[in-house]
Amino acid sequence: MKRAALILTALILMASAPPPPAPVEDRPLADPAQEARAQAIHESLRCVVCQNESIAESGAVLAADLRQVVRERVSAGDSDKEVRAFMVERYGDFVLLKPPFEAATWLLWLGPFAVVLIGAGAVFAYLRRRRSAGEATPLTREERARLDALLAEEDEA
Amino acid sequence: MIRRLMFFVPVVALAVLAGLLWLGLGRDPEALPSTLIDRPLPAFELAPVRTGEDHGLATTDLTGRPMLLNVFASWCVGCRLEHPFLMELAGRGVVIQGLDWKDPPGAGAAWLAEHGDPYARVGDDPDGRTGIDLGVSGAPETFIVDARGRVRHRHVGPITPEVWETELRPILQRLEAEG
Amino acid sequence: MIAEIGHLALILAFLLALVQAAMGLSGGARRDSRLMAGARASALFQLLFVAMAFVALAICYLIPDFSVALVQQHSHSTQPWPYRLAATWGSHEGSLLLWVLILAIYGAAAALFGRRLRPTLVSRMLGVQALIAAAFLGFALFTSNPFLRLHPAPLDGAELNPLLQDPGLVLHPPLLYLGYVGFSAAFSLAAAALIEGRADMAFARWLRPWIIAAWSALTLGIALGSWWAYYELGWGGWWFWDPVENASLMPWLAGTALLHSAIVLEKRGALISWTLLLSILTFSLSLLGTFLVRSGVLTSVHAFAVDPARGTAILGFTVLATGAALALYGWRAPSMQTGAVFSPVSREAGLALNNLFLMAATATVFLGTFYPVFVEVLSQGQDRISVGPPYYAITFVPLVLPLLAIVAYGPMLNWKRDSLKAVTGRLKWPLLIAALALVVAIFTLGPSHVLQILGATLGVWLIAGSAWVLVRRWTAAGRDEIGWRIRKTPPAVWALCLAHAGLGMTALGIASVTALETETVATLTPGQSVDFAGRRMTLTGAEIVEGPNYRAERVILHATGPGVNREIISERRFYPVTGTWTTEAGIDLTPLGAYYVSVGERRGDGVVIRAWNHPMVGWIWWGGLVMAFGGALSLADRRLRLAAPAPRAPAKTAEAAP
Repeated sequence: MKRAALILTALILMASAPPPPAPVEDRPLADPAQEARAQAIHESLRCVVCQNESIAESGAVLAADLRQVVRERVSAGDSDKEVRAFMVERYGDFVLLKPPFEAATWLLWLGPFAVVLIGAGAVFAYLRRRRSAGEATPLTREERARLDALLAEEDEA
Repeated sequence: MIRRLMFFVPVVALAVLAGLLWLGLGRDPEALPSTLIDRPLPAFELAPVRTGEDHGLATTDLTGRPMLLNVFASWCVGCRLEHPFLMELAGRGVVIQGLDWKDPPGAGAAWLAEHGDPYARVGDDPDGRTGIDLGVSGAPETFIVDARGRVRHRHVGPITPEVWETELRPILQRLEAEG
Repeated sequence: MIAEIGHLALILAFLLALVQAAMGLSGGARRDSRLMAGARASALFQLLFVAMAFVALAICYLIPDFSVALVQQHSHSTQPWPYRLAATWGSHEGSLLLWVLILAIYGAAAALFGRRLRPTLVSRMLGVQALIAAAFLGFALFTSNPFLRLHPAPLDGAELNPLLQDPGLVLHPPLLYLGYVGFSAAFSLAAAALIEGRADMAFARWLRPWIIAAWSALTLGIALGSWWAYYELGWGGWWFWDPVENASLMPWLAGTALLHSAIVLEKRGALISWTLLLSILTFSLSLLGTFLVRSGVLTSVHAFAVDPARGTAILGFTVLATGAALALYGWRAPSMQTGAVFSPVSREAGLALNNLFLMAATATVFLGTFYPVFVEVLSQGQDRISVGPPYYAITFVPLVLPLLAIVAYGPMLNWKRDSLKAVTGRLKWPLLIAALALVVAIFTLGPSHVLQILGATLGVWLIAGSAWVLVRRWTAAGRDEIGWRIRKTPPAVWALCLAHAGLGMTALGIASVTALETETVATLTPGQSVDFAGRRMTLTGAEIVEGPNYRAERVILHATGPGVNREIISERRFYPVTGTWTTEAGIDLTPLGAYYVSVGERRGDGVVIRAWNHPMVGWIWWGGLVMAFGGALSLADRRLRLAAPAPRAPAKTAEAAP
């Protein structure tokens, strides 16, 4: 209820408030190589006020500011890594769309490949066990008959 | 036996997952922790918003005793919402420093003239770069800075009496007790 | 009045679901044919009542009856009627009703088509299906009742989110739900088989159509969602790795694995317990997706209004359903009869490998989606991380590429035992074509795009390999029989080839567009033009257009170039009721690619135009269409339609009779 009242007041106030500032215009860097680097960095940084967008895609005012900041750092001679560190220092690891490999994220990075290895081990073990077990349980007469019927139908099709 | 137990691995994994997700339910996915907590404020020296004044707001103004640093703007709806309460807090003797974020020239001064000025000092941040240095994602945001100029807490969104009583005041009181 | 009828129907459906669960499970346990018949009948009536409730809500929207709270919140009188209808499933409550409706459709289908299967198995399946339905109907009634009234009735309503007022979005949710709710049938069937302690080839034969139906719908739903995002979000993205997209991708990947493991079970009786586990997991991932969208545990473009209380309820139910099924699995699966043997090079082994990579891919998406929640919870909110596209490029893509490589091998492998040398020999033509594609890809995509080169090559390899399956089949007995053999190709074979070729098309599209897309930004005043990607675009008109419930800034560009002479119309719409902007990109789509224009803000006399050139982008969605069509086709196959025979011999004679 309290929240609803707050939203209502906000709506009434909104009518009288001046519009928020427009996003600053993108001013691409003169050097195409630097601009390409800046754009690649834009794509790797998350817009903190948007939902799952990089600052390259976002139309938010803050994203436009951050795009410009990235360009300035690049033209000032910062490496890609330094530009990202600059952002992380201000907004945390959250801004990195590619999370860093560290104690808290090793499972995230290695998990997919661990699944492949464990799965491959399981498939291998399964094949070996099945082979040594041979025909573990011979088919019952009824099952045999059904199998034949199915296979016959298969051939027919 | 071990082979039989292997078949229960999925249930156990599910239990762990369920616990984590349950804990995750109450959290606000948009709340972003500040990177400045327990670190000194970044250095800045801002021009005043009103013409005729010679000093705006600098990092050095935020030392000596615990105080609030409030990021506001004339275009920001939440700021309008919290402004009367900030006036009340200032009246009670709480020190609030103001940072006017991304306002066109003159807008901040006009806003303060119209609604009142709860701030000890106000600095103008027209291009929003100081805001970015502070890790601000929108206005209003409020930092609690201790006597040594370190950031101890950040609140995102308007300060309501409830936020003040339950969240900000206890921290400020603790910091004042620390001296 | 109509809303009250709908409410009553929903209550009756809930009670019937409880009755059906009791009759289905106990009827199966006691082999009581009256109880089992009762369960079947309740499944049909449950569908009737849920459908009534759904239609009632739809009518409330169409009138529109603003005294119904939900209608008031998501519908405005100026909104065109198709979007008022679509608003029926545009809200949390309404989409939940759609969820339950589709659940009931699958339940009723099981009751109708399950007559030739072991009756106890069908009865238990209906029992489990009804348990799920009861949980969701109860959830709808007690926390998300769509039929609540407002007193006094307001004069007009709020509006459906303008992003959702779009033809693509009218169909997207029903298809998506037909998909992931459809996996409930596989889940119920697997649970029933576990209760009985028996899962044989007949079971697998009956399992497959359910999986295929759900899978085809989900494929189509995902493709449609991706196309919608492409033209509606305005910057030419077609996949965002957004949590909600991932929520539909996970069941799709797991469902694809299930589709293939069920083949092994049906044809060879192997991978029994694995197939059962996958049936459970696939639907669990669907439930988890539902939780993800409705709980607010993650932010997303598509999420519904956040409500932790509802989140707790869905999480509780997901854990209960999945936990019970997995516990049943842990208890019963070890003693299930094990299947036939196969050698490491055989079609079974190929399909096992397919499952391995698909599950690893599922796990990757799962980790990427949920890991941020884990980090936040375990650090008590002190750490937050993001997992975005770069993560998936490094993990997901390398896992999918080997999968694509083995797909063309699958249909060429013999069951039980084969040799690598022999099968490679059978594939020498597709291999040659792929080698050629590799060379072409290196030159056209540029040697630095290694992943894209591999992706495009494998895409061609899949298309060629799938075509080769048909060619070999048709020419196996010399020239004379070709015509006859083409006519006699069973739908299942067509289905396999289309699904695999469709995947190849999608891979080819993704590889091309990610390697070659280019972009430009220009501010144009009328009469000015910009040269981009071999075309000249001239701004010929910029006007304000009044829509039914929006005002649009329409920009008309004339594009000319070698063999091109057409207009591209692009809009930016403002919806005054909600105060939001949407973009309607202008897209010139050809098989070779798309030329994509979106309108930005005005700058003085000019308009900011962003244009993209997306080579072969259309293949991404056409591939999805072909895959889904393949799936639908295989449903038409006689061998699947005939379900499983109870006693074999009488079934044969019955078949011959007419």
